[in-house]
This record gives sequence, structure tokens and C-alpha cells, in this order.
Amino acid sequence: MITLYTVSTLFLIIVDNINMLVKNIFKLKNLRFLALIFLYACIENAPLDSLSPEGPYARSIDELFWLTFWIAVVIFLIVQGALLFSVFVFKEKPDSPEPKQIHGNTKLEILWTVIPVIILAVIAVPTVRTIFDLANEPEDALKIEVIGHQWWFEYKYPDYDITTANVLVIPADKPIRLEMWSNDVLHNYWVPKLNGKRYLVPGQTTYLNLHADSPDEFWAQCGEYCGLSHSKMRGRVLSLSESDFETWVKNQQQNANKLEGNSLAAEGQQVYLNAGCTQCHVIDGVWDVQGDRIAPNLTHFANRNVFAGAALYNTEENLSKWLANPAEIKPGTFMPNLELTEVEINALIAYLGTLK
Amino acid sequence: MTKIIEPSKQSSIFRRPSSETGIWSWITTVDHKKIGIMYGYAAFFFLLIGGLEALILRIQLSQPDNNFLTAAEYNAMFTMHGTTMIFLAIMPISAAFFNYLLPLQIGARDVAFPRLNALSFWIFIFGGAFLYSTFIFGTAGAPEGGYLAEEVGWLGSAPNGGWFGYQPNAGMKYSPGTAMDYWAIGLQILGVASLISAFNFITTIINMRTEGMRFMRMPVFTWMTFAVSFLLAFSLPIIAIALFYVTFDRKFGTTFFLTEGGGDPILWQHLFWLFGHPEVYILILPAFGIVSEVLPTFSRKPLFGYAAIVFAGFGIAFIGFGVWAHHMFASAISPVAQAGFGLSTMVIAVPTGVKIFNWLGTIWGGKLKLNTPMLFSLGFIGMFVIGGLSGVTHSIVPADTQQTDTYYVVAHFHYVLFGGALFGIFSGLYYWFPKVWGKMYNESLGKIHFWLMMIGFNLTFGPMHWLGLQGQVRRTWVYAEETNLQFWNIIVTVGAFIIALSIIVFMVNWIFSKRNGEKAPFDPWDARTLEWTIPSPTPVWNFSTAPIVKSLDDFWHTKYSEDEDGRAVRREETDQMLLELEEDGLNPSEHIALPNPSYFPIVLASGLPFLGYAVIYKSIPLALIGTVLLLVGGFGWGTEPLEEEIHLDSDE
Repeated sequence: MITLYTVSTLFLIIVDNINMLVKNIFKLKNLRFLALIFLYACIENAPLDSLSPEGPYARSIDELFWLTFWIAVVIFLIVQGALLFSVFVFKEKPDSPEPKQIHGNTKLEILWTVIPVIILAVIAVPTVRTIFDLANEPEDALKIEVIGHQWWFEYKYPDYDITTANVLVIPADKPIRLEMWSNDVLHNYWVPKLNGKRYLVPGQTTYLNLHADSPDEFWAQCGEYCGLSHSKMRGRVLSLSESDFETWVKNQQQNANKLEGNSLAAEGQQVYLNAGCTQCHVIDGVWDVQGDRIAPNLTHFANRNVFAGAALYNTEENLSKWLANPAEIKPGTFMPNLELTEVEINALIAYLGTLK
Repeated sequence: MTKIIEPSKQSSIFRRPSSETGIWSWITTVDHKKIGIMYGYAAFFFLLIGGLEALILRIQLSQPDNNFLTAAEYNAMFTMHGTTMIFLAIMPISAAFFNYLLPLQIGARDVAFPRLNALSFWIFIFGGAFLYSTFIFGTAGAPEGGYLAEEVGWLGSAPNGGWFGYQPNAGMKYSPGTAMDYWAIGLQILGVASLISAFNFITTIINMRTEGMRFMRMPVFTWMTFAVSFLLAFSLPIIAIALFYVTFDRKFGTTFFLTEGGGDPILWQHLFWLFGHPEVYILILPAFGIVSEVLPTFSRKPLFGYAAIVFAGFGIAFIGFGVWAHHMFASAISPVAQAGFGLSTMVIAVPTGVKIFNWLGTIWGGKLKLNTPMLFSLGFIGMFVIGGLSGVTHSIVPADTQQTDTYYVVAHFHYVLFGGALFGIFSGLYYWFPKVWGKMYNESLGKIHFWLMMIGFNLTFGPMHWLGLQGQVRRTWVYAEETNLQFWNIIVTVGAFIIALSIIVFMVNWIFSKRNGEKAPFDPWDARTLEWTIPSPTPVWNFSTAPIVKSLDDFWHTKYSEDEDGRAVRREETDQMLLELEEDGLNPSEHIALPNPSYFPIVLASGLPFLGYAVIYKSIPLALIGTVLLLVGGFGWGTEPLEEEIHLDSDE
């Protein structure tokens, strides 16, 4: 038993060091030009780019990916090289002799069974370690609940008593622990620059850690096919400096003011209250209801730069398109066409603009 | 000259079919070759449909925020593309090869159960037709309470929950209408067909090998047929049960996968992928078999490490049942499960690597004749390696959580199933073309087909790697312009149309060569296995006398000996022997009793779609019609003998 233990420990140590070695070799700057061949094809400024990590979680995945990538490149070159070499060298020529009838070579075959095993062991060790690193709950993490709906993400901050949608606002350089579930079908929360994906499942809680290096805006996207408007189930993650985040929290905790008088915005508020919007949308301070509603909380709507599952930028033009016929933009949406008149739409837009 | 006796037509309660030509001869045939050919054509027809669906998808994705298709149509198209390619194109085209070649490679006159073979073909046809009838009868719409700006047209009235049918999205609440019922029941029917042929092939291989054809002398293609049949036999029951659950959830109010009734949507994923991953090997192993036949023939060398290739194949098949959760790394599974399935997925790379290296060992030092089947087999190795390596990156669980559900995965499995399976299948189609039709295909057109397909394939699926890594999710009806993904999407669409062009070249070659091709000799490739010892096209009776096998690659060894260097030397008597072989093959010297055609397989099979419609529309009359057809088919079948008694006119 002791021998077995020693051998396996030694093996792990060796494997670990090979791994470090491989990693360091490929980190050398002068090998980077090889990467250009691949990177040349890459798109610049892709907001959903999983190859430009902006946080420690995504970075640990990225390192693992490149380690595997380079090993794969070496194997690729060997195999394709051998293939092309054979084709050019052993191609039938008029004077080619009949080939030797070789049935196999046990030593060679053992060799090319064992070598892949070793290579895979080299990859396996950091893989398993990273799996558990990513799954651990970080200390002092800010807890945020993510609830998947067809087709938008809802966010709740239990510590601050905030409910918002589409834009997840987080403090920069601080670990975030997302507790996620779905209200209907499976969804899959993905902020490629911050971490990999994780499903949102009805009736179960799943977890995902995020951590952004610095203040920035990131794109999110639902990964799992979730019905008609799956492709338009998007999101934004806004990481703010500590002070900005505090300001944001304070603002979010405010209720909306009930508008009085005859302004266009006040008319819009009447439309909101009377046209049917209140069936699904809450505006704290204006239309308070107990319990959840099936649509995004609009209390701070104007504070968010996107709406409709982050499928549209929050502009007047987009809002009027959306309010005229939501299903035109998001097929299958649960928001009905309320047959609003142009006057009503304009009033609503003016009102929504006041919900900072 | 031949002494095949006309069957007597009286022994059943109905008259037995007797046409030897014309449509009835095909409908009633139990001949494995005719069934194989029908499988091939039907599968190719569905391949064209699936390809057409792919082109429609690619037009939609060629521009960001495109509106060529509605969301409902797009979802129906990608669901049907996947379902069609897997269940109606690649699986049956493999069945075509199994049917046609398996008996020939083991020296048999037919499969063990010829009528079951016909039954499984007709069930496949009726299952496919049933599934596609959704475009006529099916309905689909927004989830309960949701709104659509326009009615769903016929193009959108197909199944739309994905070929993977994830619950609860594919359940009644979120996918109302009947389209997903067509999917669930259609797959159920197709599964019956595959199960029947799996048992048929297993029995055939175990029992019908000719004298001397020991297991370790079987051609690798036969071995892979054997492995695939076991995979089918063990994996299809799982999906059958899961599909019953889905059907019950949708039609009869059960809640196997619905949280509100205490069910679990993740259970569906486990059941689906416990079938779905072996399914991947069901799709790829036949191509492994084909390539393992083509490479030695055109390298004029034996397969390098025959035993290793065979056992690697079975290793892959076996481990293939222990890796299913790698489809679910981002799903609700624990890190322990992630680690376990990540490691088992890495393990499966080892036997796959062994195969690749052994194929390279086969061509190394050979005398490579680079005609079309060989080009496709070499292309297969090159492309499959890419798919295999990207597969290894999926086993790196953290990396996979970035890649899963993106186009990176789409790229990966198309390199495996198109660059792998389909390249292998095209290799086989060219390789055995002379044997099936007795004509040679056109080599130049074949090479044009290969190069066009190679270029189109890589343009289509190569860029998908970085499209996925840089943020294009799967099943995406539109993508935003700001994602900056448009450039490669245009390239991909162009590539898809180049593939379509190459398929047209293939079809022209096929139709032209079948009519006007040069007459094929019976052993045009100087090949190694038993099917090349008989005339081209294969006579009805396959072998005029049952062959006796003395070694692996027996046919090669009767043609060639080895000199002291181990180089192949053609025997002096070879030419004479080949002449005699052909003469004998055309003129059987003994009485050959072949199974007689039968009406009943198609009658029995025609009952199943009625039962399917009966479940969808909860209709007793349709259920009765289906049951009556099943009973009539079964009764007629049971009361007629496989082979009518032959009243011989001479010796016996």
C-alpha cells in the first residue's frame, strides 16, 4: 500500500511539474508568433469573446484552454505532417516496388497508446484542480440571485433588497456569487469575459462565480436554447468602482416618485397605471404590489442602457418600436400588444425616461 | 444456366409475390442487397433534405439581425436538420452499407432474418415519412401565454425543441401544438427499425460466418458493424423509455420532467445523453470500418495492427457509455461528476488515437493509389483528427463551460460527423460502387467532388471554431451586429454552398456512371476481402459456393505471396485463378435456395405510423387501423415460410 501511495504521489508531483514546464515554455514571448496564425483569424472587439478574459475566473479557464490548445497543435502537426508526408512520399509511382507487408509493431503500438495517456494526465491534473477552484464559494462574496425568464434575466440583491433586470451591476475587483434558478425552462448564464456558463434550472439552485478586474461593461448571453427568442435573451454586466457601486445601490433603494400635474411624463404614468402594464410590471412607489410579477421591475428603468432582455438599447426610437408591438421584436414574448396609440406611447416613453 | 427454382406460390394464405423486376420486386424484396440499395437511396434523399435545411439556416445567419426566416421557422429548421441528419441520413446510410456488405464480407447468402431486415427498412421509411408529415399536419406556436406577431407558417410547423428535445422547453407548456409529438413518436418508430436491424446483424455475424471465418479473421468493417449493433441494442432502449416519458408528459399529463409535478428536467438530459453519446459512436464507427477497408487496399499493405484497431473500436464503444455527462458540464451536476466525466472523456481519446496512428501506420511505406475512395479516406483522417482534438478540449471541463452551447461545439461535431462519418461514407460509396452497379464511376468527377467538398467543408466548419470561442451561441436565430461576428458568418455560408455544389457533382457522377460507366471488373482495386471474389454487380445468390477462409485478408493471400523482404509478389497462378473465380461466380453449380419475397414486412410496418397518429390525435379509429395492419402483417408473416419448398428437378 505504501509503495502504491508513494508511486502515485511521485507520479502526481512529476505530472504537476511537467505541466508547469509546458506552461512556462508556451508562455515564452518568442513562441507567441505561433499564436498569431490562430489569432490572425480571430475577431477584434467581439463583446462575447471568451478568449479575452477580464477576471481571474475567466483567466484560469483561458490558461487551461491555451495549455490544451498548444498540446493539440503539436499533435495536430505530427499527425497531419505524417499524413501529408505519407501521401507525397509513398504515392504510387511507375517504379514503386510492392510494399513490405507489415502487419503491425507491438512496441510502436504500445508507445502510441502510452504517450497519449501521459499527455492526458498532464492536462488532467490542472483540469481537476480548476474544476474545484471554480466551484468553491469565494470568501466575502457578494450574493446575487439570478432568475431566468423567457427571455430575460432578473437580478435580486438580497443584502440590499434590490430587484432589477437585464443589467447586472457588480462592484469591480470583488468576487460575486450568483445563485441561480429558472422560472420556466432551462437557461444558461454566460458572461464569457468573466467565467464559463452555468445552467439555470427550474426547481434547483445552481451557482456561478464572477469577478471583474476593473470597472467595465461586459456582455451576457443565454447559452441554452430556451425557445423562440433564445437568441435575444441577452444581458449586460456593469462592474463599477466601489464608490460608484455604493451610489448605485443607494439609488436603487429609492422608490420612484408619484408624478402629479399635467406633464407628458405624468400622462405616461396614467397610461402605465391604466393600460394594463401593472398586470406584470412593478414600479415601486407608484404601483406597489406584494410578491413577484412576471415582467421586469421598472422602478429604475431609465438607469439601464438596454431593455427587452438586452435585445434593444434604451432609446426612444427602440421603445416606441417595442411598445407598438413587442412580439415583432421578441417572438413569443409574454408582453401583449396593448394597441397603444402614438400619443400614449410617447407619453409612456417620457414617463419611463424619468425612472432613473 | 442457374438452377434457382421459382417458388411455389400457394403455401401461404395469400399468394406470394413473385416479381423479379419492377416496383413490386423492390417493395416485397427480402434480399439484403436490394434492401441495402433502398436504404442508401432513401438516406441520400434525406441527406439532401437535411442539407437543404442547413442551407436555409446559413442564409439566415449570413447577415446579423437577418429576417430571412422567422424565429419559429429557424427553430424548426435547426431541429429538423439535426434530427434528419442523425436519424434519417447518417444512421440509415450506414445501415445501407451494413446490409449490402455484411453478408458478402462474411461469405453468407443473406442476413440471418431477411424478412426482419425488410421490416426494419420499411419501418425506417414509414418513420421518416411520419416525422416529415409534420410539415403538413403539425402545429407549433408561442409558449402558453406568449404572443407571436405572425402566424406560424408550414415551414415553422415542424418540431422546434431541438434534436436534443431538452425539457421542459420541449414539453407541452412551452412547445404547444403537435410538432414535438411528431418528433417524439417519429424517433420512437425509427428506433424500432434500428433495434430490429441491430439484432439481425448481431445474429448474422455470430451465426452466418462462412467456414474458416473466425472472429479474428473478419474484416474490420464487419467488426465495426458488430460494435455498432451492440451500441444500438444497448442505447436505443434508453431513448425509447425517455421518449415514452416525453410523450406521456405531453399527451397524458404525467410530470416525469416537469418541476411543478415533482419531476426533474435534468433527468431527461441524463437519459438523452446516455443514449446520445453512444449514438455518436453509432454514427462514426461505420466510417472507421470503411476507412479500415479502403486504406489497406489502396496502400497495398495489410491493416497495421488489426487486433489493436478492432479492440480500440470496441474500447470506444464500451467507454462511450461512460462519458455522457460531458454534454452537461454546464448543467446542474456537481464538480465531482464534472471531474469524473472529464477524465473518462479524456480516456476515450486513447483508443481513438490508437486507431489514427494505426491508420497512419497502414499507409506508411505503402504504395498509395490516390483515387477517389482513397482521397476521401485520407481526408477522413485529416478532418477527424481536428474533430478529435477539439473533442479533447471539451474534456477540459472549465474550458468546456466556455465552449459548450457555442459554435465551437458545432464546429467540433461537424468535423467528427461530416469530416469523419460522411467523408468515410463517401469513401465507401466510391469504393463499392463497382461492386454494386458493375460499372466504374468517373474518376475525374470523383476527384472534383472530393476537392470541392474538402474546401467547402473547411470553409464552412473551420471558422465556426473561433465564431464559437468569440461568442456565437448555438441555435441562435439572429446575432447582434455589435458582436462583430458577421465576417466569418458570410464565409461559412459561402462554404456551405460550395458543399452543396460538390454534392451536385457527386450526383451527376453517380447517375452518369451508373448508366454509362465503364464495365467494372469483379476486383477492380486488387482488394482483400470476400466481396471482391464474386462478380460485379453482385449476383442474387452472392456466392455460388460458400467460400472457405484460411486467413485474415484471405483473398489477398490467394493472389499474393511474400518474398524474403516481406514484399508482396503476385502468384503465378493468380491470373488463372481470377478467371476461374469469375466464371464460377456467375454459374453456381449447386441449387441455391434463397428466401422468398414477402408482402408482410411492409404491411406490418405501415401499421406503426397509424398508431403514432392515434396517440397524437387520441383517435381510436386510427389506433384500430394501425392494430389491424400490425395483426394482418404479423399473421401473414407467421403463416408463410421463409423459403418455399423447392421441388427440384434434378439431383437432390
